[in-house]
Amino acid sequence: MNTTTLNAPKATLAQPFWRGLKLGDHLFALVMLIAAGVAFGRYRSFMDGYEQAILLGCTLGAIALGWFWKPVRLYLPLSGLVALAGIGLYGDDLTRGQSAFWLKYVLASQSLVMWMCVLFVLATGLYWLGLARRSSTAESIASGMTWAAAGAAMSWFFVRWYESYLIGPDVGHVPVSNLYEVFVLFCQITALMYLYYEQRFATRRMGGFVLLIISAAVGFILWYSFERGAHEIQPLIPALQSWWMKIHVPANFVGYGAFALAAMLGVAQLLASRGILASRLPSYDTLGEVMYKAIAVGFLFFTIATILGAMWAADAWGGYWSWDPKETWALIVWLNYAAWLHVRLVKGWRGNVLAWWAVIGLFVTSFAFLGVNMFLSGLHSYGSL
Amino acid sequence: MRFAISLLTIIAIASVIGTVLQQNQPYPNYAIEFGDFWFQPFQWLGLFDVYHAGWFLGILAFLVLSTSLCIYRQLPGVMRDVRQYREQASLKSLRAMAHHVELPAAQPTELLAQSAQWLQAQGYRFKQVERQDGTMLAAKKGSLQRLGYLLAHAAIVIICIGGLMDGNLPLKLQEIFGQKAPELRNVPQSQIPPHSRLGEANLSFRGVLDLPEGAAGDVVFLNAGRGYFVQELPFTLRLKQFHIEHYSTGQPKLFASDIEVTDKASGKVTSATVKVNHPLIVNGIAIYQSSFGDGGSQLEFAAWDWFGKQAAPQTLNAVSQNSQAIEWNGKPLTLEFGDFRAFNIENLAEAAEVPGMAKMMQDARQVKADKKVKNVGPSIQFKVRDAQGQAREYLNYLAPFEQDGRYYLMSGVRSEVAAPFAFVRLPLDSNFTLDTFMRLRATLFDPTAWPQIARRTADKAQSEGAISAPYRPEFEQSLNWVLQRFSEGGFVALERFLDDKVPQDKRQAVAQTYIKLLQGAVIDAMAVAQTRAGLPEIALDEAHYRFLMDSLVAVSASFDYGSDFYLQPRSFKEVKSSGFQLTRSPGKNLVYLGSLLMVLGIFCMFYIRENRIWIWAGDGRVLLAMSANRRDEQTEREFAVHTDKLADLAGEHKEVQS
Repeated sequence: MNTTTLNAPKATLAQPFWRGLKLGDHLFALVMLIAAGVAFGRYRSFMDGYEQAILLGCTLGAIALGWFWKPVRLYLPLSGLVALAGIGLYGDDLTRGQSAFWLKYVLASQSLVMWMCVLFVLATGLYWLGLARRSSTAESIASGMTWAAAGAAMSWFFVRWYESYLIGPDVGHVPVSNLYEVFVLFCQITALMYLYYEQRFATRRMGGFVLLIISAAVGFILWYSFERGAHEIQPLIPALQSWWMKIHVPANFVGYGAFALAAMLGVAQLLASRGILASRLPSYDTLGEVMYKAIAVGFLFFTIATILGAMWAADAWGGYWSWDPKETWALIVWLNYAAWLHVRLVKGWRGNVLAWWAVIGLFVTSFAFLGVNMFLSGLHSYGSL
Repeated sequence: MRFAISLLTIIAIASVIGTVLQQNQPYPNYAIEFGDFWFQPFQWLGLFDVYHAGWFLGILAFLVLSTSLCIYRQLPGVMRDVRQYREQASLKSLRAMAHHVELPAAQPTELLAQSAQWLQAQGYRFKQVERQDGTMLAAKKGSLQRLGYLLAHAAIVIICIGGLMDGNLPLKLQEIFGQKAPELRNVPQSQIPPHSRLGEANLSFRGVLDLPEGAAGDVVFLNAGRGYFVQELPFTLRLKQFHIEHYSTGQPKLFASDIEVTDKASGKVTSATVKVNHPLIVNGIAIYQSSFGDGGSQLEFAAWDWFGKQAAPQTLNAVSQNSQAIEWNGKPLTLEFGDFRAFNIENLAEAAEVPGMAKMMQDARQVKADKKVKNVGPSIQFKVRDAQGQAREYLNYLAPFEQDGRYYLMSGVRSEVAAPFAFVRLPLDSNFTLDTFMRLRATLFDPTAWPQIARRTADKAQSEGAISAPYRPEFEQSLNWVLQRFSEGGFVALERFLDDKVPQDKRQAVAQTYIKLLQGAVIDAMAVAQTRAGLPEIALDEAHYRFLMDSLVAVSASFDYGSDFYLQPRSFKEVKSSGFQLTRSPGKNLVYLGSLLMVLGIFCMFYIRENRIWIWAGDGRVLLAMSANRRDEQTEREFAVHTDKLADLAGEHKEVQS
């Protein structure tokens, strides 16, 4: 039994979950509630009923996440503190971002995003070094860096949100409104999901693969920022001025992140099946299992996101389904993973076919995410390249 | 199953085609894009409206039917599973399970009682029976997992039925049976015959209605292939006012319409403001803000003659979005006024030089965009069509446009719809009027003025010693000639002469001379124009000289303008219009219900574990067997926990016994 106690202590089986909660869990919940209370107290008048409900939902969701996956209990408060430091330094003057030392080099949203980029790229290298040298030291540093990068992304989110209000009270909005912002969100969510499976399956050997796709996204972020100036905060066009955006977009990116992660594990599995790195990677079946779990959670969130999108469309475009290119491609992605899960669960398929399928699935997903914006015109043409 | 997957694949491919090929465009566009050869088969396949093509809907209907059948067949089995505990499972089958363990046990009754308690604490429900071979405790947990599968599949059926209710299937059927036919002509709404009208009772529709401010409407138009249907509404919708707001960066911030909805039956009036993302729902019909435009604004122009001797303008009144016939210099013309726009926000940022590293880093840190945007003021777009049907399109701005400290009125012209506008800049005088320029222009086009101009210029040249007396007549003649040429076709006419008559090696020098003559003459042309109008001469300084040069360029450009007159927008009274989308979709709630079931179903399928446990006791032995819907690590762990617990319980009993 010694091998399993790490992952799931016996006690959790025997008791209702709240009996298993420790002091840390309660403290975390308290901190989250206080933070939400302060936000509610200060900004209540700026939020409509739906937004207040979203605040409540996010708070409860964060608490549940922290109880379910313990490291979140440190991750969220620490990222929040970093963000508060940045916000405190800004005061009410956006130009301090160019003059105050800590803002300029660390705490301004763009500095945070640069740190995130650097840390993700370094972590990728170290994960691969660890894989090549079988060095657990390199791997654990890589893991720490991934945590730090994900933390920087979380702080970036809050600081950028604040900065948008410093530009103008009518400009301010949650930073999930364009391609640049959601790419950072994608990196963060993919990294966090990976870190969860890393801990859950007690192996850091998948990191090199998953971090590759995050590094690719980082490359895009850098290009998009330096070449196109996409990091500039733009006000929201009327179609995006809705509380639906706050839930539709993040839900979608849990889906995208999970599918990307699954595809990279598919690559690892395919390599392992050819004997490449097989002795270093987790077992073939473990890779398949993590891939399945990622797709299952991604599918659930992608379903929710698509439904939320349809409901938003009904509010904004006059119909919950108009066969708009984005809607249609979302349906194709959905059908693709529905079929994947179907053959695995009902037909009991395993192995390379599913791995190939997950890899191809990433291309389909990428097209739905990026290709539609680049090549097809439609109602959902936000954040074109 | 394989058949269903291939049908799904077809649906997916068809959907992809529908996203790549723009749907529901006018048919001639497709014919141009693909040529006649491909147009026919594409049309036959319904690729121009794939999602409503018969075969597409047919496949969907088949999938819904087969999914329903699947649910129907599976339902009894699943319900049985959910209800039953399988307490009669044979020992042989239990021992065949991958997860089973057998232990000696002395006091089976107490052991079973404690096991039942333990399992209950784990969230299991159980049933205990006495069998011939001993006592069986059959327990299970997570039966919803099995239901999840059914829920998810039922959700697909429900969503499709909802979608079908909101689709245009009933209308399609009526079209097929010839009861309804779309209207193809462009006629006033009241003249549209009943077979192209849909009554208020129509279950579901989605149509558009454009209203100018102050106007009301009680029908919407539904697109149908090459034509349209008219859908009658149970209320009258009146647009009181349309609002548009911009951010300081020029992006649109708010589109909103103040509307008044009067119910036809009860006369009840509902006033509201609809915005993007905030529709108004009346009688189950949702009213959305979907577009906006110009609803026919009143415009007043000063019409200036380009080529005549007349310097003063005439007044022309017009309404945008309307046509009117005029006669200009004896020629009948039609003015087709298009969009009047009160705001034109342009990005005036200049192309940046390649930035250095430090600048790039600074830009990358800055989240605030410093865009140079500017509202360049109202504009009106219109076409001038001649008796032969040839048209040119113009874009005229009302407000002066500043460039290097000088002010101009801008007028764009193009002869092809897709071409960019070529702009003519008309220089404004110090009073910001066109009067001075037009006076100069009229003088340049007046042959009786040329000798006068030539004389003045020659006087000046002679007094400055630039020419001597014997050459004077020749000089004046040249001036006269240059002015005449210029009045016939601007710089282009002079160039054409050079190309035709002057040897190539001398062209450069002669052209220089002509330009100098013209530059000199224009100063005196202006003075003559001022004198003729009884106005004082304008002192020649750099600003005035530049004004004169700009005037020459503008006069020369008028020959390419393609119209004998210039319409200067003088004032306007804006009337905006708002485009509404009105929908009735009774299937919406069904679709949402289906969506909810879908999420619940998926959650149950993936995140509820269905476990069954059997504990049999008899013959001094106890048998524990466990089955789970998923065989993974967690199943192993749970089995280990249960085994441990059972061993504990059995051990305790042993101790009690000893």
